[in-house]
Amino acid sequence: MRQIWDIPGGIHPPENKTQSTGDAIANIPLPAEIVLPLNQHIGAPAIPCVAVGDKVLKGQVVAEAQGLVSAPIHASTSGTISAIEQRFIPHPSGMMSDCIVITPDGEDQWTTLHPVPDYKALDHAELVALIRQAGIAGMGGAGFPTAVKLNPRADRKVHTLILNGTECEPYITADDMLMRERADEVVAGTLLLAHILGTPETILIGIEDNKPEAIAAMQAAVDKHAQQSRGIAIDVVSFPTKYPSGGEKQLIQILTGKEVPSGQIPATIGIVVQNVGTAVATYRAVTFGEPLVSRITTVVGETLKQQRNIEVLIGTPVDHVLTLHGYQAEKKSRLIIGGPMMGFTVEHTNIPVVKTTNCILVPSNEEIPPTQPAQACIRCGMCAEACPANLLPQQLFWYSQAEDTEKLEQHNLFDCIECGACSYVCPSNIPLVQYYRASKGTIRQQELAKKQSDRARQRFEFRQERIAKAEAEKEAKRLARKKAAEEAKKKLAAQAGNEPEKNAATSSAAGSTTPVPKTPEQASTGATDTNQLPKLERALSSAKSREERAQQQLAEAKANGEDARIEPLSARLKQAELKVKEAEEKLKAYQQGENLPSSAVPEKLQQKLSLSPRQKAEKNIETLQKRIATAEEKLAEAEQANASTTDALRQGVEKLNQKLAEAQRELEATAEDGITAEKGAAAVDAPTMSAAEIAIAKAQAKAAAQASMSDDEKNQAQIASLQKRLDKARERLAKAEAENNDNIDAFRIGVEKLEAKLAEAQQPQTTP
Amino acid sequence: MIELITHNTLYSALIALGGLAAVFGAVLGFAAIKFKVEGDPLVDQIDELLPQTQCGQCGYPGCRPYAQAIVDGDAINKCPPGGQTTINSLANLLDVDAPSLDEEHGEESEVKKVAYIREDECIGCTKCIQACPVDAILGAAKQMHTVIASECTGCDLCVEPCPVDCIDMLPLAQEIKDWSWELPQSLPLIATDRTHAADDAEEENAA
Repeated sequence: MRQIWDIPGGIHPPENKTQSTGDAIANIPLPAEIVLPLNQHIGAPAIPCVAVGDKVLKGQVVAEAQGLVSAPIHASTSGTISAIEQRFIPHPSGMMSDCIVITPDGEDQWTTLHPVPDYKALDHAELVALIRQAGIAGMGGAGFPTAVKLNPRADRKVHTLILNGTECEPYITADDMLMRERADEVVAGTLLLAHILGTPETILIGIEDNKPEAIAAMQAAVDKHAQQSRGIAIDVVSFPTKYPSGGEKQLIQILTGKEVPSGQIPATIGIVVQNVGTAVATYRAVTFGEPLVSRITTVVGETLKQQRNIEVLIGTPVDHVLTLHGYQAEKKSRLIIGGPMMGFTVEHTNIPVVKTTNCILVPSNEEIPPTQPAQACIRCGMCAEACPANLLPQQLFWYSQAEDTEKLEQHNLFDCIECGACSYVCPSNIPLVQYYRASKGTIRQQELAKKQSDRARQRFEFRQERIAKAEAEKEAKRLARKKAAEEAKKKLAAQAGNEPEKNAATSSAAGSTTPVPKTPEQASTGATDTNQLPKLERALSSAKSREERAQQQLAEAKANGEDARIEPLSARLKQAELKVKEAEEKLKAYQQGENLPSSAVPEKLQQKLSLSPRQKAEKNIETLQKRIATAEEKLAEAEQANASTTDALRQGVEKLNQKLAEAQRELEATAEDGITAEKGAAAVDAPTMSAAEIAIAKAQAKAAAQASMSDDEKNQAQIASLQKRLDKARERLAKAEAENNDNIDAFRIGVEKLEAKLAEAQQPQTTP
Repeated sequence: MIELITHNTLYSALIALGGLAAVFGAVLGFAAIKFKVEGDPLVDQIDELLPQTQCGQCGYPGCRPYAQAIVDGDAINKCPPGGQTTINSLANLLDVDAPSLDEEHGEESEVKKVAYIREDECIGCTKCIQACPVDAILGAAKQMHTVIASECTGCDLCVEPCPVDCIDMLPLAQEIKDWSWELPQSLPLIATDRTHAADDAEEENAA
């Protein structure tokens, strides 16, 4: 007798196993349609490989496995694909999912099978591929693809294979009946699995002691096998009935005393557990080539007239099964797929039997009354005593209510096997397992959301980076273009040579020497002169930069050995140097010149303010005359040089002349005010005056004399002066005509004006 | 000098404390340079909690700028996609009271939505592609565009720029694989509640 261990917690609910073990495993007639959900297993859903209208034979693949953890789906009877659509499936959500619907032709004709009588001739990979092709998924209820489980990582040596015939959940007897009736096939399947797993040292078949018939049958089969002496020892182990000893990790603990580490699979400690039903399916798949198209399901509940186990085709609608068993819908409390502890209630009966459906339970109200309303937790601790995983169910309950996922994970929520022992013992009817299931779902969703948001962040940041990069590139290109454009411009300017430069210089000089001030005051304060400084500085800097560039180009040309370029370049450099010197000199001259007037300005202003109107006018005339003199000089120069600025200069001179005339008239006006005292002052100043000043003084004296004259005399004097001026003007005109000067018109206008004035002056003389 | 110190407790205390202050100051100063944390770790932590829809409903161009703004003192209730859950976790992180969502920035939607382009109507203007903060729209000029649903954050930003209004925000269909159990809704009763409930029911029946 092999040593067994105990698991913590556990409960002893009413077993209710006898109702369905009275009859042998039965077959039922074909249903009107077969509905094959694409996802009957854990992992990725299968992908349909048939079209609506296709004829299929029993055992033909209708949907291919997708990815590693997946399983294909086979037609469970021969017939026609009538639809591939959304149908209700046995799932706690009560939602619809994609299904392949087959209308059976009633012949139940097998497709060509490929039996392998001697599986030892095949290697591990081939056998695993066969099992994968057969679409076998764990028949105990979870539906994990068997092929994946039989293909543990190379570094994990499997030393123990455990066949799970525990079937601890109340009501369910599918495995019990299987072991009773098909013990030989179970043993054959066990040997096959052992072979695939490299013949582990220990092979155990665990059965609870509430199934004495099954234990006896299995023992007999094992003994028979031992007699045939194949050299592999199989132990049939029975152990005390306790729920949930059929849980994978619990069974391992009971049979080996080892615990599977939290969050790990049994293969980490060298153990593989397979359900007895899976062993049979594997055996049939390999030896007879039959894929998984049917399973043994317990049909039980007080609302049924007949309760038994049936071998049912995968995809048979549940209502078809129930109808055949005398189902009385009015007595039903609910329809449970699976057992009363771990199964789930479904709303519809139009759902198919799938690979994991081990029980269809339709209890009456008396049998399983509706759940009582939950009451407050009284912290009795019974749930903690019942927990087979050594968790703290009430703590988990609190954290679950508070949605404190962090604490839940700290309290190992994910080690909960959802056996429902805690809910079963809870005196307050708190649906504890539902809380844990909900919390697990929330945590999984949060993890998924986290993953997605991380991805979104990554994509967002990458996009930002990309945009920034593109922007920077654009900016760099823009700058490069700008620089290139500037250089091209400069080059063009440099190539255009000195001519425009000179012109610019002379024109600027002309501008400075023939300013067009708005008022005489402005002109005298030197306001225009202050604009001069930056201009000159700019000229200097540009000249310098040109010199530098010329040097660079020359150096380049020398370095590249471009002899042809050196000569013109060096010439350009020399020119540039000259320019720089010129500009420097100009600037220096200007700065020296400017220092004086700028400091003298306030003084000048002061003087000006203290001047009488008459003095002001005199000063005005003085400056104007000075300017005219310089302007005329310039004009003469320009005429000699035949420069293009001659016209401008000439106009400037004319304007100045006009101004002078105006100023003189003003002076006359002030003189008429008759301030004779000033005459003396003017006379005193006379010796220090320049020639122009003397002329003005003369004019003033004349004006003073005029002031003292009678009106007649005044007029006559005016007429005389006018006639003199007229004569002069006529002379000028004649001269201009002789020279064919451009300004003839101006002179002529002047003469005409004078004539008009003379006529005017003569008129009043005659009228009085 | 030493005598003065040893005989005068005040001086010795001052020197001891001063010495300690100098030593600790040096240690802290060294640590401040040696273990200097680049950037603001709090911004990262907040960014971690935000839903990363990059929708800009908070008024900032993305989740990280909003995280920065929260660090700089902005309100934590401006994120409709994150909803109350995000506000609560932010409040938890920052140790402040959790306000309710500021409705000004939008309402928390019950279901996750993704953009869907009615492809027949798409004129291929690429405006939505430029608007998408996570590059979840595929297409080229004058070619039909389409949304990569798995990458779409449901931010809404592509709807506005579409000149032909061919983008819909459709709720994501719930699939079986996304389903999970819900928390039991019924609150646990206590004995007195039950009798009250029964009384209420009777009263209602009587009425």
